[in-house]
Amino acid sequence: MQRNPQLNEKGELQHLLSIEGLPRAIVLQILDTAESFVGVTEREVKKVPILRGKSVFNLFFEPSTRTRTTFEIAAKRLSADVINLNINASSQTKGESLLDTVANLSAMQADIFVVRHESSGAPFLIARHVKPHEHVINAGDGRHAHPTQGLLDLYTIRHYKKDFAALTVAIVGDILHSRVARSLIHGLTTLGVPEVRVIGPQTLLPTGVEALGVRVFHDMREGLKDCDVVVMLRLQNERMRGALLPSAQEYFKHYGLNADKLGLARRDAIVMHPGPMNRGVEIDSTVADGPHSVILPQVTFGIAVRMAVMSIVAGN
Amino acid sequence: MKLPDAEELCEKLAAELKPRIGPKSAMVGLYTGGAWLAERLHALLGMKTPLGLMDIAFYRDDYAARGLKHDPKRTKIPFDVSGCELFLVDDVLYSGRTVRAAMNEIFDYGRPASIALAVLVDRGGRQLPICAQHVGARVDVPAGMRLTLKRDERGKLALALEAERAA
Repeated sequence: MQRNPQLNEKGELQHLLSIEGLPRAIVLQILDTAESFVGVTEREVKKVPILRGKSVFNLFFEPSTRTRTTFEIAAKRLSADVINLNINASSQTKGESLLDTVANLSAMQADIFVVRHESSGAPFLIARHVKPHEHVINAGDGRHAHPTQGLLDLYTIRHYKKDFAALTVAIVGDILHSRVARSLIHGLTTLGVPEVRVIGPQTLLPTGVEALGVRVFHDMREGLKDCDVVVMLRLQNERMRGALLPSAQEYFKHYGLNADKLGLARRDAIVMHPGPMNRGVEIDSTVADGPHSVILPQVTFGIAVRMAVMSIVAGN
Repeated sequence: MKLPDAEELCEKLAAELKPRIGPKSAMVGLYTGGAWLAERLHALLGMKTPLGLMDIAFYRDDYAARGLKHDPKRTKIPFDVSGCELFLVDDVLYSGRTVRAAMNEIFDYGRPASIALAVLVDRGGRQLPICAQHVGARVDVPAGMRLTLKRDERGKLALALEAERAA
């Protein structure tokens, strides 16, 4: 049997590539460890010495401000040295291959590679070629996975709902192009959430999405009924140009979250969004800034979750 | 070998600490055994400042060799460390490495006026220049054995000796 590429021979987390295939115990270990790091981020000195002397290379082959910044903050709070590389603007345009780039950085004594790439599977390829003491963390690969976002979503849900066992979670919008949705669905099913729903137009749902263990709704009002958690996804503007959607206004009418539609969910429902938000396209400002919204706490928890992932992999 | 009674040692430590507790005194217990002991001492001494609990997982010096332990507890220091007279409480003092890590973590919360170390048992074997000001008992423990504090479901404390786990 082929070994899980994320785990070492002792079954410990060596790389974080996707939530899919992660044992439940490791998902819980990450969430529990993150909880201890939340304490660190609330104190006067927001730094612990655990990764002192380690080098974290942020390899972003695709632009991202938020994810790159939260990884950078997380690494700095662990006392690591952080090097940000915007590869678009660098060697790739000169024709250097992905593995050559990584080999060069490895020669500069890297310990952790945080990789974002437009091609699905790129972090897996890198993980197969790094040295045993080097670790790869997937910060989003193509349409495939964005595990730290999925984990911070799980952390946020646990923080507000305490337990996964009786929850109904709805994920709304562009599931087809969303690596966030895919990672979150795997995480929710791994932790035993009984009902995961996906809501969106036919054109934005992958065919056979039911195979992931979710219920499909095309009518948002029907899908939001009695939900405990509503996860809104960003509608990527570039999708609008194709034939997938008529217009932003039309989309908002059917799949945008406003106070009226949110009223169909449970009274204590929380609203999440991975950001960046398109106000008035997938979410109304009254909801985004309203009492149910936990969108900004998600960002804060995201730092603690990334601290947890980095400190766990670097120690294994 | 016969181990001393943890409950008696706890009473003895409380009696020793009692005259030293003042308005600026505060207490921090180290997870897991030291936290149990600190909870008891804190109550016995009727201290006004809320009890602090600390997990030194992120400050350990053996992270490179052993990695991060599985379920680090969240450190909670619900008082201002700066200027306080701090009693650091642990169950067993051995190499001194845990205490070194704990002091580093405390200073990331503020600058205490003083730190005193109170332990239930000192088993010797120090690897760092650290000593406890308040010691319940000194016990010789054979190398390769671990001395730990246990707490049963009724909250009773007891010392136990077990074979060291392989690194």
